[in-house]
Amino acid sequence: MWRNGRNAGEYRECIIERAPENRWLDEAEEVRRLHDPAVQEQISPPLSEKEQKKDSRRYRQLVSASHRKRRVEKIQIGIGTVVCAFFAILFLMPIILTITNSFMSSSEISADYGAVFQTTSTGGKVYIAKTVTLKFIPDIVSFSQYFTVLLKSPQYLLKFWNSVIYVVPIVGFQLFVAALASYGFARYRGKVKDIIFFIYVIVMLMPYQVTLVPNFLVSSWLGILNTRWAIWLPGIFSPFAVFLLTKFIRRIPASVIEASEIDGAGEWQIFSQICMPLCKGGIISIAILIFIDYWNMVEQPLILLTDDQLHPLSVFLSKINAGEISLAFAVAVIYMVPPLLVFLYGEEYLVEGITYQGGIKG
Amino acid sequence: MESKGKQSLLQAGNKLNRFLRKNASGQKMTRSQRGRAKSWMFLTPSIAGVLLFFGLPFCVVIYYSLVNNPVQHIFVGFHNFIRVWNNGAFQLAAGNTLKFSFVAVPLAVILSLFLAVVMESRIPFKSQFRTFFLSPMMVPIASVVLIWQVLFHYNGLVNEVLMAFGHDKIDWLKSNQAQVVIVILFLWKNLGYNMILFMAALSSVPKDILEVARLESASESQIFWKIKLRYLSSTILFVTIMSLINSFKVFREVYLLTGDYPYDSLYMLQHFMNNTFQSLDYQKLSAAAIIMSLVIIVLVGIMFLAEDRFGRDVEE
Repeated sequence: MWRNGRNAGEYRECIIERAPENRWLDEAEEVRRLHDPAVQEQISPPLSEKEQKKDSRRYRQLVSASHRKRRVEKIQIGIGTVVCAFFAILFLMPIILTITNSFMSSSEISADYGAVFQTTSTGGKVYIAKTVTLKFIPDIVSFSQYFTVLLKSPQYLLKFWNSVIYVVPIVGFQLFVAALASYGFARYRGKVKDIIFFIYVIVMLMPYQVTLVPNFLVSSWLGILNTRWAIWLPGIFSPFAVFLLTKFIRRIPASVIEASEIDGAGEWQIFSQICMPLCKGGIISIAILIFIDYWNMVEQPLILLTDDQLHPLSVFLSKINAGEISLAFAVAVIYMVPPLLVFLYGEEYLVEGITYQGGIKG
Repeated sequence: MESKGKQSLLQAGNKLNRFLRKNASGQKMTRSQRGRAKSWMFLTPSIAGVLLFFGLPFCVVIYYSLVNNPVQHIFVGFHNFIRVWNNGAFQLAAGNTLKFSFVAVPLAVILSLFLAVVMESRIPFKSQFRTFFLSPMMVPIASVVLIWQVLFHYNGLVNEVLMAFGHDKIDWLKSNQAQVVIVILFLWKNLGYNMILFMAALSSVPKDILEVARLESASESQIFWKIKLRYLSSTILFVTIMSLINSFKVFREVYLLTGDYPYDSLYMLQHFMNNTFQSLDYQKLSAAAIIMSLVIIVLVGIMFLAEDRFGRDVEE
């Protein structure tokens, strides 16, 4: 049998010891005897014709039922896939269109979309179509937009740089402040702390209409209105990261922290060498969420910064005027590249971060 | 001068240290007491910042809302609130925002739940679909607004599709249909986020209960309505309230699409605030901010209470 055959090596996983009461089956003789039709007839006598028909009908019914079930399941999966694909196309279309359109030459754009943006500085030479023709693929692929944006008109890069300059310190320092605070919230919980935490949650959930008024008052009082600090400081102390990171730290098993306490670690050591490394994933996901939030910001600069030079690219893009409309798509693409890169790098972290947001309580 | 300041700072630091080591009676603190005190030190930077930028100024806002102007400080009671409440622009903005929320939030919840359920079934390319659905969340609104303008232009693609179905053209951004555009943009941006929340909740429905239901030959729709929805209830509430709060933030999309002065049906609360900021009418601003924060506090309160109730119900 297999056990002693030359294929024994390949089929090693299949070798199972017989239970002692079934050992007799290993005897080849016995097996051959059992397969003998005469013996089989003895074990299970042949069915009558009626019984056979009944049996086979039942068998067919079972088979067709299971086929039907499988077919229904297949159709369901098919419908699900189609629905998902439909939504996926809807969701992706604006992004893809923006990207493909950024490869159009400027004359093509003003011919296609001129009507949308009501060009005023036409000078009579540019042909403006009355209709808007949306094109998925440009007639001629050209990099002229990118060329102009990156090399010829520095104001876009300046605004891009503005965006970077706002976002990077906010992400870094908000995480730092929040890491300390969330450790404080998660350790030694008490009534006072829970109340403060609740206040944090409320502040976090307030829309900009509400939070910008206090921010504006403080900024004008500190004299930092219309400077970068007016964006940086409220951003750094925003309670969002505190809230989320506290939830992450509270998930660390108490026994881990107790063990390190017994080993003589001080509070700072527990914080920096136990909690933070354990929350690495959480920190990355929070960093991503903060990054998107502030990369996207529009309300704060509109109110806190009156100087256009300080505005980030998001605000500037909306003020792009008709003469430069041909560049807008390229700028838009450049603007969405960093968050998309972050997304590709950290999709799992992002999903984890969102999941942790579910449920407001810690 | 400077060294003196430094010295006093050092002294204060020493005092604090001594305080942390010993309690009032001069005895050594226990380890946990010391830890407790230290945990407050971890909290200080953040609390100071939140107090400075959100807490204290909010008290000032409350104060401003109750006086006639920041110079005279004459207490006028609820006069400012009444003034804001009766203000035509505020009513328009609040009405539009409410109307928008009323349509957008249920759609956002139902559609994302639907997507999550579909994604739960055994469809191929799951992770790719998830990436696709999440990507709008990452893309800055400012980047796609251009395409949105092209799509919804009077001679744009959407109107051409409508024409093909024998419908009249609609001037999307300059008519009462403008809100439809914003609702679509809002859904586009938020569905992925909600879907992730629902997917997480769906996957946390206990497997053994589902198995038992299948053994008892419950149909899939019964399983969904009777079991899964029960376990999803707290998430549904959370998603609803988060969507509601997000729908207050929809100004960003409107502003980027239509600028400072949109069509009447798109005039949102933030437009009202922006215009009030420009006129520096602190009383009106403060009163409006307080009205809105009250709305949010009520919403959050509902969420807390409900989470307590539903949460307890589902746990064993």
